[in-house]
Amino acid sequence: MRTENTTGKTAISLFDAAHRGRTASFALVILLYAVLRAMQAGGGLSSLFTSLLVPVTCYIVAAIGLNLNVGVSGELNLGQAGFMSVGAFTAVCVSGRLAATLPVPALRLVIAIILGAAAAALFGFLIGIPVLKLQGDYLAIVTLAFGQIIKSLITNMYLGFDANGFQFSFVENKCKLEPGGKMLLNGPMGATGTERIATFTAGTVLIIAALFIVYNLIYSKSGRAIMAARDNRIAAELTGINISSTKMLSFVVSAGLAGSAGALYGLNYSTLVPNKFDFNTSILILVYVVLGGLGNMTGTIISTIVLVLLPELLRSLQDYRMLIYAVVLIMIMLLTNNEKVKTFFKTVRSRFVKTAAAGGKEAA
Amino acid sequence: MKNGFVKKALAVLTAAVMTAALTACGGAAPAPAAQTSAEAGPAAEAAESAGGAIKIGGSGPLTGGAAVYGQAVKLAAEIAVEEINAKGGLQFELNFQDDAHDPEKAVTSYGVLKDWGMQVSLATVTSAPGAAVSQMYKDDNIFGITPSGSSLAVIYQDPDNAANPYGNVFQMCFTDPNQGVASADYFAGHPDLGSKIAVIYKNDDNYSSGIFAKFKAQAETNGLEIVYEGTFDDSNASDFSVQLTKAQAAEADIVYLPIYYDPASLILTQANQMGYAPTFFGTDGMDGILTLEGFDTSFAEGVYLLTPFSADADDDLTKNFVESYKARKGGEVPNQFAADAYDCVYAIAQACEAAGVTADMSASDICDALVKQFTSMTFAGLTGQSTWAESGEVSKSPKAVVIKDGVYVSAD
Repeated sequence: MRTENTTGKTAISLFDAAHRGRTASFALVILLYAVLRAMQAGGGLSSLFTSLLVPVTCYIVAAIGLNLNVGVSGELNLGQAGFMSVGAFTAVCVSGRLAATLPVPALRLVIAIILGAAAAALFGFLIGIPVLKLQGDYLAIVTLAFGQIIKSLITNMYLGFDANGFQFSFVENKCKLEPGGKMLLNGPMGATGTERIATFTAGTVLIIAALFIVYNLIYSKSGRAIMAARDNRIAAELTGINISSTKMLSFVVSAGLAGSAGALYGLNYSTLVPNKFDFNTSILILVYVVLGGLGNMTGTIISTIVLVLLPELLRSLQDYRMLIYAVVLIMIMLLTNNEKVKTFFKTVRSRFVKTAAAGGKEAA
Repeated sequence: MKNGFVKKALAVLTAAVMTAALTACGGAAPAPAAQTSAEAGPAAEAAESAGGAIKIGGSGPLTGGAAVYGQAVKLAAEIAVEEINAKGGLQFELNFQDDAHDPEKAVTSYGVLKDWGMQVSLATVTSAPGAAVSQMYKDDNIFGITPSGSSLAVIYQDPDNAANPYGNVFQMCFTDPNQGVASADYFAGHPDLGSKIAVIYKNDDNYSSGIFAKFKAQAETNGLEIVYEGTFDDSNASDFSVQLTKAQAAEADIVYLPIYYDPASLILTQANQMGYAPTFFGTDGMDGILTLEGFDTSFAEGVYLLTPFSADADDDLTKNFVESYKARKGGEVPNQFAADAYDCVYAIAQACEAAGVTADMSASDICDALVKQFTSMTFAGLTGQSTWAESGEVSKSPKAVVIKDGVYVSAD
């Protein structure tokens, strides 16, 4: 952080070692958005890619959140899909309830995302109270269970809404709705008939907001405390850091981001089933984070985009596509750990940075 | 300077390659299908030589837990397309995508199919993905008929009130409520089967809980007595002794099983071990139980089920289909999913011929013509005589059959 002091408060250096990652992340997101929007306007974007825009942004936000938890805070979380689920179903219910009274979709989307994020963050807080006081892998175990419990709970929940207000029942559908009523949650069928109000622009704004929150947290006093607690718990405790509350901060933010991602996801499809957010989805998001690099947000964004697109681009291989997907995953894992490949990327990166810095000087 | 130029050139080149790759994947929509059709499986090859073929799309689970259903539908549709193309006349081309029983993948599959230039569709095999893409078929005005997406949410925008149908998405199978109502009516009309009913259903499954909800309502209307309701889900679908013991304790003489044949086979086996022998009554998901590997079919003796299709029927249509399906799938007997898919393709062909649809018409024009045809025509296929309402719901009578000596016998 010394660089920040020497360069002064007004001019924050974009290319110094500490902030390079942040600049790269924002630049990447904005550049991709601009390119994709231009392609969309020019009609160059196929239906397949158009249909993938919003889900990719959702997974990126969830992965950024998880990276804060796993990479920065160093706690393993195996239930990110559970938090997405909470956010998604909250948002779908909120949007379904407000559909008649609030006709502006953008406003409804914002309210739904905020409430979805809040609901997921609340669950994260409740889970964190007992678990984050412990040392060891307890968070992994508890979040794993949480994901399963949330799935089972929502599978058995029935929530209806008609002119007389809400009706709720559990396990068995006892809602007797008047004509014109709507089932917001319908047990194993989840939510159907949702108005699709999520947009790519909203997704991009959400990514930028997520990056903004995460980077500001990382570069703050609390962020340094979080990393200190990760690297050496005893030393951090000795300097007076409250370990459980710093870990709680990153865990709740991570859960909230997953909730907002889920909210956007839920509002992008006319139907949403609780089974979607199962253990596999949690692991998938963890794979995005691990392959992108722990603590590396730009890497997370790139790996999420690649890994979501890959199975779709391999569709032409028909039956072999999942096989090839698996092989590619293993290859990425091996290659990114290979010393030669690492050195190669390092030289490429240092050259790139040199030219960028030189370019920056020229421009100045 | 030179070094800088090389770097800049490299950067521009990389950017160009990446953009080209993106647009190459992206620009397929208006391009001729010559390249893409090669990927569409064997059914496409026959069509290519004939020139203009009508493009049928569709998606279903080819991987994952529900893969059996998707693969059955894909194979049956391929057989139907090959048969129709071999006859000459209108030619068809099939492109069947994997959606892994996931609404998200179904939406991307829809994107793939649209880029390919799909003109008519088999929609989706399963219900939840179907509900996710129906709105898209509506928005783009492409005709879809689902072989087995039986939930109301597939054809109605407001499934809670069965109102506001999409209008261009049709069903070949019964809707779930239809089966529940038909079952309850059958019990009311046949009091000799028994009077105390126990139900065991899968409460995390659309199909099962959808049928059960309507069955219960209709049973109340018909004055039937349900003495026990047992549930199970994915995590405990292997042991049913608790449910069966409770049903036995409640003195149920009918056990209604609106579930698929896999768990049903376990229920029948375990009931046999307990020495509990009520009348078991299944829905169309029970079809397939006689061909289940490792299941002693003697346990299925006397089981009733409602099914539109029986692989043992001796009409030529069924015989031919079962034969070619077996030949292609290593002797496996087709289930009702396959039969529904086969019928879907033939129904599309019949409607296209009647409406004078040609391969060069736009998807939207074809859709308008087919909707008119489907709501006015009668189609005779493997699953009986079908007519369609304007909502897209099929009307055909579920046939009750009983298993005697390992074959279906009409129970009416």
